[in-house]
Amino acid sequence: MSESHKIDSELLRFTTAGSVDDGKSTLIGRLLYDSKSIFQDQYEQIERVSERRGEEGVNLALLTDGLKSEREQGITIDVAYRYFATPKRKFIIADTPGHIQYTRNMVTGASSANVALVLIDARNGVVEQTKRHAIIASLLQIPHVVVCINKMDLVDYDENVYNKIQDDFEKFAAKLDVIDVHFIPISALIGDNVVHRSDKTPWYDGPTLMYYLENVHIASDHNFIDCRFPVQYVVRPYNDEYHDYRGYAGRIAGGVIKKGDEVMLLPSGFHSKIKTIQGPAGEQEQAFPPESVTILLEDDFDLSRGDMIVRPNNKPDVTQDVEVMLVWFDSDKPLLEKGKYALMHTTQDVRCVIKEIRYKLDINTLHRLNEHDGIKMNDVARVVLRTTKPLFKDSYRTNRITGSLILIDEGTNNTVGAGMII
Amino acid sequence: MNYNINHLKELESESIYVLREVAAQFENPVLMFSGGKDSILMVHLAYKAFFPAKVPFPLLHIDTGHNFPETIKFRDDLVEKIGANLIVGSVQEAIDKRTVTEEKGVNASRNGLQTAVLLESLEKGKYDAALGGARRDEEKARAKERFFSHRDEFGQWDPKNQRPELWNIFNGKHQMGEHFRVFPISNWTELDVWQYLAMEKVELPSLYYAHERDVFERDGVLLADCDYIEKKPGETVFRETVRCRTIGDMTCTGVWKSTASTTDDIIEEVATTRMTERGGRTDDKRSETSMEDRKRKGYF
Repeated sequence: MSESHKIDSELLRFTTAGSVDDGKSTLIGRLLYDSKSIFQDQYEQIERVSERRGEEGVNLALLTDGLKSEREQGITIDVAYRYFATPKRKFIIADTPGHIQYTRNMVTGASSANVALVLIDARNGVVEQTKRHAIIASLLQIPHVVVCINKMDLVDYDENVYNKIQDDFEKFAAKLDVIDVHFIPISALIGDNVVHRSDKTPWYDGPTLMYYLENVHIASDHNFIDCRFPVQYVVRPYNDEYHDYRGYAGRIAGGVIKKGDEVMLLPSGFHSKIKTIQGPAGEQEQAFPPESVTILLEDDFDLSRGDMIVRPNNKPDVTQDVEVMLVWFDSDKPLLEKGKYALMHTTQDVRCVIKEIRYKLDINTLHRLNEHDGIKMNDVARVVLRTTKPLFKDSYRTNRITGSLILIDEGTNNTVGAGMII
Repeated sequence: MNYNINHLKELESESIYVLREVAAQFENPVLMFSGGKDSILMVHLAYKAFFPAKVPFPLLHIDTGHNFPETIKFRDDLVEKIGANLIVGSVQEAIDKRTVTEEKGVNASRNGLQTAVLLESLEKGKYDAALGGARRDEEKARAKERFFSHRDEFGQWDPKNQRPELWNIFNGKHQMGEHFRVFPISNWTELDVWQYLAMEKVELPSLYYAHERDVFERDGVLLADCDYIEKKPGETVFRETVRCRTIGDMTCTGVWKSTASTTDDIIEEVATTRMTERGGRTDDKRSETSMEDRKRKGYF
């Protein structure tokens, strides 16, 4: 078997945000093309379309347009997912539009990403949109940010331009909560430092973008310390062979769970021990994020969906009062103070009331606005809410799974808000 | 200690999570089963997700009546093996009852008729969630699909008005009469599917492996010779060693020249091929947005 498809590779999810002009689609096209992930029939199709539109050469950006209206308008509206693999890793790209009116799509793409790719046009430097993308990466706690300073060919591969942009970005990022930032000078159009190292940037001794994506350390992106197992589903076979079987199925949200571990059950507070961990391939000794398993306890307690298995000396907060940074998605209605919404958090399904809107966050400047005309679609606000039942929650900073929630309009059933617990 | 799982185990875990979410959130889910490798993978994952209990939903096959005979035999054997309940929605019956009209001519296919029969079957069974094996890497309209895809009371997909889907929280709330399409293997690629099926030693229909068959060529695609396709003048039948990369209705599924006779051969072939698997699907070639158009109406 050749090297490019060994099964022992990691999965890396990254998100890109950008608008028509900054070369985002070209960059993705370039990654796909240079990693040989574009198929011949796909290539021929965009070749035909480019020709029909009278474009010069093959427009790699066409690879990332999906819907009819997007092709008509030449813009990306929704999140599109793309896939490619190298011998080292399999990649999932959440490709999102960069304009402010699509903040909700950017947030969606960012929610599951290990890496955020921020694009800067070298001719324009750090602009409002760059700041917005960095703020979203910080808000959603994407563990790694890679800043691609693009169109270096149009500034004669000038090191000073690159350094100035890096300085500007670092000054701004100092105000943010971004953990790991990297800078790479590239030209997506020509391919400099994307997959192949460029000989036009001798002053740059860092990795190419592809090398970075293949090697950035993501194994510690999950929380392996605080044991959290939200019960998702109760497996009961109801047959003679497994008469008393009661398995708690779910996906590990944090920590490492081992056979024999002493555990505490929430909300009851009862103690028990892990008897068996059943994985997809049979019994296993331990389980950790993001594994889906079925757990059997030593004692006969009756847990149900929404309950949580934790360690006795390491509990999440059990509370009905929750404070979040909330991104609002609803195009029809603003967030209502005193409004009631359905709320989903881990495997819990409850209701909540908005007790207080503390401030609105300007996602271009990070300013906190106490005076504002309501929280509308794509706005970000700090909000206090109270739930009908206690949540078992951590801060979003410590755990992206037990620290996140969504709000749902009870009339339309639409997802109208995403909250990061403080 | 290195807490790390490979990409196939991560995809497996994600899909199992989604399948369990469906069982927990919906009252009456159903798994759409075509007999192809993706729906076989789905059944395999569902079996693991609920073990040792039985898979808590029936399988629904929309039968065009133009199947490769191998598919039907495989389906029936699998259903018996896992003790599932099989429901068949028949396109032939719908034609006989005149709820749909058969296409005429050399390019006639029952592919489009499946949508009406599918929607009718979902309505009849009062299913509130239909699990499908579609993947985002297959086609550009599918690249924009959610895991939980909301359908209105007419079964339509509105791509511009999809619910945002964040983290691993899936909102399956719906009004009476509406349903969800759920795609647990959204993030798998064709290569992932083959690698996983090989790792798990899952049995597949013989059609996926190289075999000799009578074929003819149309618009650069090889089609299996059968009674369901009317040949144009000049189209001649010849014998070739081929295999299927996707399995659908015989009238629209192209076969590929291939000598890959084992799963490892197929992985090697898939990893190095320069054509997408749907490149042989004449149903996708009808127009540049034919998948999007069909999906809006309620296709798989």
